[in-house]
Formats: sequence, C-alpha cells, structure tokens
Amino acid sequence: MKGNIIKYARDNIDTDVIIPGTYLKIHDYAELATHAMEGLDPDFHSKVKEGDFILSGKNFGCGSSREHAPIALSHSGIKAVLALSFARIFYRNAVDGAFLLPIEIEQDAYDGISEGDEISIDVSINEIKNITKNQTYKMKPFSEIIGKIIAAGGLFKYKPDQD
Amino acid sequence: MNITEKILARGAGKSSVSPDDVIFAKVDKVMMHDVSGPGVIKVFDKLQKQGISVDKLWDPTKVWVAEDHFVPSADKVSAENIVKLSNFTKHYGIEKHFKYGMGQYGICHTISHEEAMVMPGDVYVGGDSHTNTTGALGAFACGLGHTDIAYVLLNGQIWFKVPETYYFKINGKLPEHVMAKDLILKIIGEIGTDGAAYQAMQFGGSGIDEMSVESRLTMCNMTTEAGAKNGIVEPDQKVVNYLTLRGATNMNLIKGDDNAEYSKFFEFESSEVEPTVAKPFSPDNTCIVREAPSVELDKSYIGSCTGAKYEDLEAAARILKGRKVKIRTEILPAAISIYQRAMENGLLKIFLDAGATVGPPTCGACCGAHMGVLAKDEICISTTNRNFPGRMGHIESQTYLASPLVAAASAVTGKITDPRDL
Repeated sequence: MKGNIIKYARDNIDTDVIIPGTYLKIHDYAELATHAMEGLDPDFHSKVKEGDFILSGKNFGCGSSREHAPIALSHSGIKAVLALSFARIFYRNAVDGAFLLPIEIEQDAYDGISEGDEISIDVSINEIKNITKNQTYKMKPFSEIIGKIIAAGGLFKYKPDQD
Repeated sequence: MNITEKILARGAGKSSVSPDDVIFAKVDKVMMHDVSGPGVIKVFDKLQKQGISVDKLWDPTKVWVAEDHFVPSADKVSAENIVKLSNFTKHYGIEKHFKYGMGQYGICHTISHEEAMVMPGDVYVGGDSHTNTTGALGAFACGLGHTDIAYVLLNGQIWFKVPETYYFKINGKLPEHVMAKDLILKIIGEIGTDGAAYQAMQFGGSGIDEMSVESRLTMCNMTTEAGAKNGIVEPDQKVVNYLTLRGATNMNLIKGDDNAEYSKFFEFESSEVEPTVAKPFSPDNTCIVREAPSVELDKSYIGSCTGAKYEDLEAAARILKGRKVKIRTEILPAAISIYQRAMENGLLKIFLDAGATVGPPTCGACCGAHMGVLAKDEICISTTNRNFPGRMGHIESQTYLASPLVAAASAVTGKITDPRDL
C-alpha cells in the first residue's frame, strides 16, 4: 500500500473536527466526504487524493462514537491513518466497518515523516517505508483479533473460531 | 474478578476472564438513536446487497430506540431520519421506541435510567459514545459504532477485549456547592483525555456510597472523556431503590470478588474538591473556578445527559431562585419525566422567573447540531461533556464545561462564577 502523507502534527484530533456534529444527520457517504476534517482543515477536501494517508499524534479520533468519522475519511480517499495512538471507538469502527487501516506508529515515524512524503506500508512485516526520505520505521503489530478482522474484510465477514 | 470482568465472563459464558482476553459476549440490551439508527439502516442496506440476511433481528425485545440528537426535527433531512427510524422499528417489531411528542422521550442515556431500560449486571451496548453513563447502575455499558450495533442486532453478541480496570477510590462526602461534575472534571484533568484509554474506570469508596445514583451517572458519563471503554460503580441498595421506583424487578446484583484485581489505583479526598471548569478546548484542560479566566460569557447552557437530570435542575434552581440571569440561559431537561417533575415541583417557574428559556429534551446544542448553536467568538458555560473546537457550534466559539451550580451562578453574573461567591 503506497500513498502520500497529510500530516496533522498534534494530539487529540477529535471526531468533532473530523466530521462536525451538524453533519451527523447525513448518511450519504460521498456527501459526508465533502465535509471531512472541516473542523480543522477546510482545505482538506480539495487537497486529499485517493490513496493518501493521514499522520497524526496521540489519541486520534477521540470523542464521539460517530462512524461518520472513518466513513468521511475513507470516502475522501484515505486508506490509512498513522497515529501514535487511537481512541477506542474510532479504532474499532475503522476496522469493523473495513473503512481504513488504523496504524499505530512509534515516535521515529511521527518525527521522520513530513507532509507530502510518499510512503509504503507493509502490514505483513509491520514495516513503513518512507520512499521520499529513504527511511524505514516499524509499526506496532495489530492484535490477533484486529488482524483477523482486517484480513476478513470487516466484522461481518469475520468468522469467530468455533472452539 | 472485578465487576467488569464478572459481567463480561457471564456474557461470554466463561467461568473467568482476564484483561486482554478477546471474547464474544452475549448482549442483554442494545440501544440506537436518530443518528446511529439511520447509520445502522445503511449498514443493513449494504449487507442485503451483499446477500447477507437482514430478515429478522436476534431479539427485538432487547432493543430500544431513542430520538434525541436532531429532535424536534431540525430540518428536512433529520425529519426523514425520524421517519426511517419509525419504519425500521415497526418493520422489525421493536416496541420500545421513545418518540418525541408522544409521552416519555429524552436523551438516550437519560432514558436508560429513567425508564430502567438497563439492569445491574447487564452487558449493554449503545450506538453513542456516552453509553458509559449507565455503568452507574452496575452494568457493563459501552458505546459502539453503526457496524457493531448492526452486528449486535443480527447476532446478539459482539467482540470485546477485556479491559484493565482503574479503580478510583473517593473518600468522604463532597462539600456543599461541589458536585460530581466537579470531581470527575478534576479526575480527567489529572489523568487526561486518554488517561483511561481502552480501560474500565471503576468508582468506589465512601464518597461514592454517599453519592446519589444521579451523581454516579454523571461520574460514569464523563469516563468517555478519559477514553474509557466503560465506567462502572458496584450496585447497592440505592440503585435497587432507584430502579424499583421505575418499575424494575428481579435485579441481579453482580459485585467484584474480595480479591478482585485492579491495574491502577487512584485516591481522591472529596473535601479537597472545589468547583471546577474545563476550559476550551479539551475536557482535561481544567482549573478551579476561582482561578478561571475572567471572560465575558455569552451563554449558559444547562442541558444534556451529563447535566440535565432532575438533581442537576434542582441544583440550578437553588441558585436561580429569586435571581435574574444576565446572559442568554437555556435549560433543557434531559427527559420528559424530568421535565414533568420540574414542573410539578416549581422548578420551571423559578427558571422562567429568572429569565431563562426552557426547552424540550434534545442533544441539539450539546453537539452543535441545532437549537442553540454558538456563533463565532461566542463563549458558553455548559453542563455538557465536551468542548473540542466547534463542538457546540462555530469552530471559533468556546465552551467551558461546568457543574449545574457553576453554570447557574455564571448565568447570574455573566462571568465564570463559583457558587460560593454569589
């Protein structure tokens, strides 16, 4: 998986800025995408390209349980969010609904990767490559259940082991 | 095992569970509202297109539905969402649908306790982040997104990673003029908005024993703001009495074992808690009211699942009785049953005499959706739970989170005011 980075160098990017509350009545995914990140970066919709990644700090997606948040990002073209940590409901919504990959990174990736850098992610070896800067970083591996749900393509396609 | 582990073990059909175990737990109750409901309906539509059957729910008697975020309907889109929700509950035979304008209705978390929708010991999930609130009744209460709620509706179970439990021991009764909201803001100020991320926050000690059920609901409600999976209090006779008054019978009081384990332990002295606010733009950006910035407020908002239960309105009325508000003040009881009691006991008259506007139950302004949103540069003091940028309206508006006593005192002076200084 390869793409360019849109970087928000701050912690606690909350769901109120990912998709403001006034749009919660909307359930058309394409329309939601036009308001993604509106609370923080009104230019997001015009600059985001299919296949881009977001990079951010700690506790990404904190706040509301609105699934609108991963939906709006995913339908804007975002394939993965790389963050130092994630809030729990955003994380499981992203995975269970198969909207995008929440990739937990370490400080070296957070510091090393800049806005616009082209990177590739290989979750099979937990590795992130910065093609622009020729650097390599480790991502935190997915837990077993998360890995299985992602591999299945979302919670509804995942068959719990019958043991 | 502690209470959270015991409830999850029962749900998973296992004799014991430990933190980090991944389980599929059977769900006892599930809730959705006019934002998560239409989201669930959209998931159902997608499943149908993929050939997955959505013909019937696992158990419609365990599902209940609230109308709260965009009601009374804010515009055409939200009106259509309400119609969709009604069609859905009719189609699937869900009887517990609290419709606005038809008797009891209100904010989902408030209905959960006012109508005894959730029992101690339940595994309860809701399509809203503040589902944590209801853990105050001794249930495992956890918020989920649309896909997960749709999964529960069809399968009756959902996966969880068993959380670690952080135990918060509260010693002694809160002083006069200090409310549970002040205490939980102090706690979040100390541990941060990710201070309990993915974990359980359990409250206990003499301070919690002394607290009313409604104050415990405020504590658990705000655990969401520390990133917690659930907030919980072991149920006692107060919970039994509270739920019995609301028609509940046959309660199964699960409590932790004497040798229950907790991964972190915190201790707070109630006597040291003072009226507290969270400044913009985060619930952990706290200070005591007497050290709050001297800003000119535009509005005081007393509403939401956090701050418009009966006890909250009573507190606001104690301040507003015989006084006049100096700034725009909006008071919205969180459910019709609370509205009615407020009317019968003279609270509404106190509010109206003070010059406040009294509105119907809604999440509207709390999430910046409708009915009282903030303009650019407006500053609000609010009994709600979040103050991220744009939360209550314009991205350049500001919200200070406070107790109902502080919000009412500030309504009277137009500045952030300690109720002890009125």
